[in-house]
Amino acid sequence: MAPSSAGRTLTAAAAVLTLSAAAGCGGFGGGGSDPGDGGATAWALTGGSEEAFRTSFASWNEANPDREISVEWFANDAYKEKIRTAVGSGNAPTLVFNWSGGTLADYAQSGQVQDLSGQVDGVTDKLLPSVAANAEVGGEVYAVPNNQAQPVVLYYTEEVLADAGVEPPETFADMLEAVDALKDEDVVPIALAGQSVWPELMWIQYLTDRVGGPEAFQRILDGEEGAWSDPAVIEAATAISDLVEAGAFGDGFASVDADSGADTALLHTGKAGMLLQGSWVYPNMVSDAPEFVEDGLGYTTFPEVEDGSGDPSNIVGNPANFWSVSSDASEEDRQTAVDYINDQVYSEENVQSLLDLGAVPPVTGLEEEIAEQDDPAHLEFTYGMVRDAGHFQLSWDQALPPDQAQELLSNLDLLFLGELTPEEFGAAMDSTL
Amino acid sequence: MAAPALVLFGVFALVPLAGVVVLSFMSWDGLGAPQWAGADNWVNAAADPVTRNAVWLTVKLTVFGYLFQAPVSLLLGVYTASRTRHREVLAVLYFLPLLFSSAAVALTFKGLLDPNFGFGAALDLPLLARDWLGDPDLALGVVVFVVGWCFIPFHALLYQGGVRQIPASLYEAARIDGAGPASQFLHITLPQLKYTIVTSSTLMLVGSLTYFDLVFVLTAGGPGGATRILPLDMYLTGFRSYDMGQASAVGVVLVAVGLALALGLNRLSGAHRMESRQEGA
Repeated sequence: MAPSSAGRTLTAAAAVLTLSAAAGCGGFGGGGSDPGDGGATAWALTGGSEEAFRTSFASWNEANPDREISVEWFANDAYKEKIRTAVGSGNAPTLVFNWSGGTLADYAQSGQVQDLSGQVDGVTDKLLPSVAANAEVGGEVYAVPNNQAQPVVLYYTEEVLADAGVEPPETFADMLEAVDALKDEDVVPIALAGQSVWPELMWIQYLTDRVGGPEAFQRILDGEEGAWSDPAVIEAATAISDLVEAGAFGDGFASVDADSGADTALLHTGKAGMLLQGSWVYPNMVSDAPEFVEDGLGYTTFPEVEDGSGDPSNIVGNPANFWSVSSDASEEDRQTAVDYINDQVYSEENVQSLLDLGAVPPVTGLEEEIAEQDDPAHLEFTYGMVRDAGHFQLSWDQALPPDQAQELLSNLDLLFLGELTPEEFGAAMDSTL
Repeated sequence: MAAPALVLFGVFALVPLAGVVVLSFMSWDGLGAPQWAGADNWVNAAADPVTRNAVWLTVKLTVFGYLFQAPVSLLLGVYTASRTRHREVLAVLYFLPLLFSSAAVALTFKGLLDPNFGFGAALDLPLLARDWLGDPDLALGVVVFVVGWCFIPFHALLYQGGVRQIPASLYEAARIDGAGPASQFLHITLPQLKYTIVTSSTLMLVGSLTYFDLVFVLTAGGPGGATRILPLDMYLTGFRSYDMGQASAVGVVLVAVGLALALGLNRLSGAHRMESRQEGA
């Protein structure tokens, strides 16, 4: 080979490598939808409601062979890291799977997702109002819910509670009493996956809402100065400190891990009395301990706080996941995406496939369909919670911008470990506003 | 001949490195275009109590990790170097952790150390039934131990190889002069292993700056930031808080300290002169 041709080969090789590296940083090897590369794309998550998504995309592609949507599947954590870079670098899929909240607001403000107001009324008209509110940014619709609602539920073991002679708590004072009684029985009163930290959010969210209503957190979202030192937040943080001091979560809660299901295991092995968790743990408990679920598992709503101004029907959790439509896509692909949403999301078939998975779609008038399911009790309970909720608070770590959310998780962890007082917690969080 | 390797190194190491240096002077949340930020990220990183604590934790992990790993792996290496049957069997067992992925090791230890379902609860030993990973005072110690458990086999292997290179004639001569095992170890084995010690120490110390996967799976930096070492701090700042600028500044610090440490050790020990340790042997 002549030297010059060797040099050219090398240069070409280097160029190819550079290109692939660049692609690796931005587009992840062609998964994105460059304008005009033919066809709409979607990225969706594996696990959870995956089967319902697969069915709905298959139906769409069968009915619209000339406008097929190609779907790529990701695991949750991998997706969260990739999607942001992809959206930021203009390589987003046409249908952007998201959790609404702070990230959606970021997308909307930098013009990377489309304002869908008026284009997706077919879906939004069906929605339960507490969920629909979560799809809006500044009053405009930027997202459409696409799967099930997952409220946070207070689960308990009937047997353990009965042994300790306590009823499921209806007020926070009941809960403190139950904690004492359960401690005397030598069980962990309330299982809490402190190592994962995010389950601790459910406590401060519910308590803040019960004490001060959704307005307290709205002031935080609006960035009002000192909003984290609001009396409602401080009272909620104080209630948490009281629970920790009373030994409500046991000595070892800081090494209990939610991802491996250690908190639900504490419940179904009878080592703990109660557990505050999202309704997504129910299918896992059914597969890990079917007998326990059948006759031993109880569930109820979060207790009221005496003298609190929050509506006890308010709930926290994941209202749903959402589709947004990328502004980077061609007009044609965007239209395909909007048509897909109107045709398929919460269509009869889609609702049925979600119900088959034991998931509750946040749409109105499902009582009859749910009653026909194999194991309707838990579905009816969670559906009722969402239907009757005055307010459905999206998890704070999703609702806040990512940097504030991380600060919140760190400081909340310290509050639960007793290394921050409620006032110090408020002050530390105020500095992030 | 070296061209392809150089190209690969350039594209996958030097170009990203330059990118990180540039990014450390920019403000970027992963969306939109990066904005020039001057020295802001550096000032913020230097003032951030979380990052400062991360530096301190990394120093502790490096020092304690070294104090734990170096003597144990040296002694294990020397012990397994002799060619008696039972030692060779033991050597195989000692090297097993080398074969496990760090994620698997971390998950296993997490399970074993679980206060409710781990060995403490299973064996009913109050001494072991502590909240190892949930107590901020214990967690770093556990990390030092688990990291050591993973990496000691590798360093023991280095020492085993090093000891087997030492000419038997040196030991014969020492025995004739009446030296016992202890003084043989001090006056022959240790000096002969000088370069192995330098290599192994460099790998241990520089390696301490890059522990990520093991700690991420084991504790994710918790409880309450008690094990949030610098590489984790970089990752969490970059990919959870989406503050790419400050994360890049931390990354640059890690690269600089790592390089300085490696070069400094090399210089201090005189290993770069590569003198033979066996003149006259």
